Amino acid sequence: MAENNDPSILSITEPTIFERGSKGRDGVALPSTGIEQVDVNTLLPVDMIRDEIDGLPEVSEVETVRHYTRLSQLNYGVDNGFYPLGSCTMKYNPKVNEDVARYPGFSGAHPYQPVESVQGNLSLMYELESLLGEITALPHVTLQPAAGAHGEMVGMMMIRAYHEDHGNPRTKVLIPDTAHGTNPASSALCGYKVVPIASNDKGILDAAEVERVMDEEVAALMLTNPNTLGLFEENILEIAKVVHDKGGLIYCDGANMNALMGIAKPGDMGVDVLHLNLHKTFSTPHGGGGPGAGPVCVTETLAPYLPAPVIVKSGDKYSFNDDRPKSIGRVKAFYGNFGILVRAYAYIRTMSAEGLKRVSETALINANYIKERLKEYYDLPYDLPCMHECVFSDKKLTPYGIKTLDVAKRLIDYGFHPPTIYFPLVVNGAIMIEPTETESRQTIDWFCDAMINIAKEAEREPELLKEAPTKAACRRLDEVKAAREPKLRWQP
Amino acid sequence: MGFPVELKYTSEHEWIRIEGDIAYIGVTDYAQEALGDVVFLEIPEVGSEIEKGETFGVVESVKAVSDLYAPLSGEVTKANEVLVDTPELINEHPYDDGWMIAIKMSDTEELKELMNADDYETYIEENG
Repeated sequence: MAENNDPSILSITEPTIFERGSKGRDGVALPSTGIEQVDVNTLLPVDMIRDEIDGLPEVSEVETVRHYTRLSQLNYGVDNGFYPLGSCTMKYNPKVNEDVARYPGFSGAHPYQPVESVQGNLSLMYELESLLGEITALPHVTLQPAAGAHGEMVGMMMIRAYHEDHGNPRTKVLIPDTAHGTNPASSALCGYKVVPIASNDKGILDAAEVERVMDEEVAALMLTNPNTLGLFEENILEIAKVVHDKGGLIYCDGANMNALMGIAKPGDMGVDVLHLNLHKTFSTPHGGGGPGAGPVCVTETLAPYLPAPVIVKSGDKYSFNDDRPKSIGRVKAFYGNFGILVRAYAYIRTMSAEGLKRVSETALINANYIKERLKEYYDLPYDLPCMHECVFSDKKLTPYGIKTLDVAKRLIDYGFHPPTIYFPLVVNGAIMIEPTETESRQTIDWFCDAMINIAKEAEREPELLKEAPTKAACRRLDEVKAAREPKLRWQP
Repeated sequence: MGFPVELKYTSEHEWIRIEGDIAYIGVTDYAQEALGDVVFLEIPEVGSEIEKGETFGVVESVKAVSDLYAPLSGEVTKANEVLVDTPELINEHPYDDGWMIAIKMSDTEELKELMNADDYETYIEENG
């Protein structure tokens, strides 16, 4: 491990913090508490005391700072470079959002403060609900869910509550094969059996196919529009009619709302329930596991089932209303991830309605530009105008023994974060690229040039791809071993 | 890539070996190749019932998690528990050590809907 512990600034590897420091070293000298120390063994049962880890890291303050600073330098984020991760909308988040979120009135508010003293915060939440309601044409909104998948589950719980209220919770949910993986999971968690529906040869759903499987045991059809192939579900009105005629509801996964803002509204397409990923479309952070926010927007009919409490405005005063007899109840401690809501609000207000429309238009143009530039070099299974992302496959490269994974790893050598790979599942060896609206033509051209070079390398020097990455801090990792023999914590 | 002639096949890329009223089930060489290295397998317990067309298990590779669809209906008589710790056998020996479950068939009429090796090979050429 000598090499790995090299403390020089030029070393690009970084050991774990447990491997830093030495016994007895500490960062700060705390004053004596004046309280007598007690042996923990006399206080807790033996089986509650952990002894396998020989203590915590023993490091100085500066070692700690350097360790985490170096880790942050090894990281690749949207502030470092282009991050075309399909389905994830890794757009650049304007720093003004961060500035606003740090205003003392927002950052210092406590959820137990009397509502009279946080009227500004409630008004922000109330206005954000109304803005999201306007963008989606689904006017009733909860801001509580802490992430997209959480929003999905809340939406499905509301659908279940609606059907129970009408006498039969029903048993099934229809989900197209172009769905996000969380969709069937959310439905199953709400007690529904998932019925998959195949998309047609154009990569979208046919109303006839929905009609074939639709019956009065179907609680909802859950679809993403545009779908995970980046294609607009153009039969949505007809599909919604088929589902509604049998008493079912339409759930739309709003993960891809970045393609639609100011152009089309899910509420006008017959959608009854939709969640938004504020960390995708509305420019709040993705990193470090969030915190995220997955507001759910619904029609008037479903409003009674929204999580409680809801924010109400009376005159110019805001308050929380818990008197909601049909509500599915509270789904998150307090009122959601408020700091994230502030960022989304700042984003919407700085962009304006016209700006948000341009966001979606630019996201679409950028994705179509990439699709056209790369389709000569990479197989494009659905050669149709796309929305905000496009999906290629490795079919043209397999004769040279090159797979999608090799292309992704080689992109790292070119300084780009790889796109989403092997998703959606309907495309073998999928390469899913979402540039977002925040990238310039130059950056997109650099990326396309790199992709084209890689396709040429695949033919002429395939070993360059198979050995990649060669210029990253770590070479190719053994993902199979990591999955089969996971080591979930450091051991001496 | 091989497709033994003595086996039957499904469009979901499973193979079936018939021994009397018992059917052994696994995934084909094509399936293991497409999945990539298998890292986790979930199969039903002995004694449980599976129904043709319904999911009976889950196979997870580094690329994706996929459902396993029952090619036939019946009661599970054997489950290849060895695969739980050594799922790589599915990649290395899909047609023998990589077998997943054996079932006692409840409706041999269902056998008529399975493909033979030639049909399956044509199927993946057209759909793969």
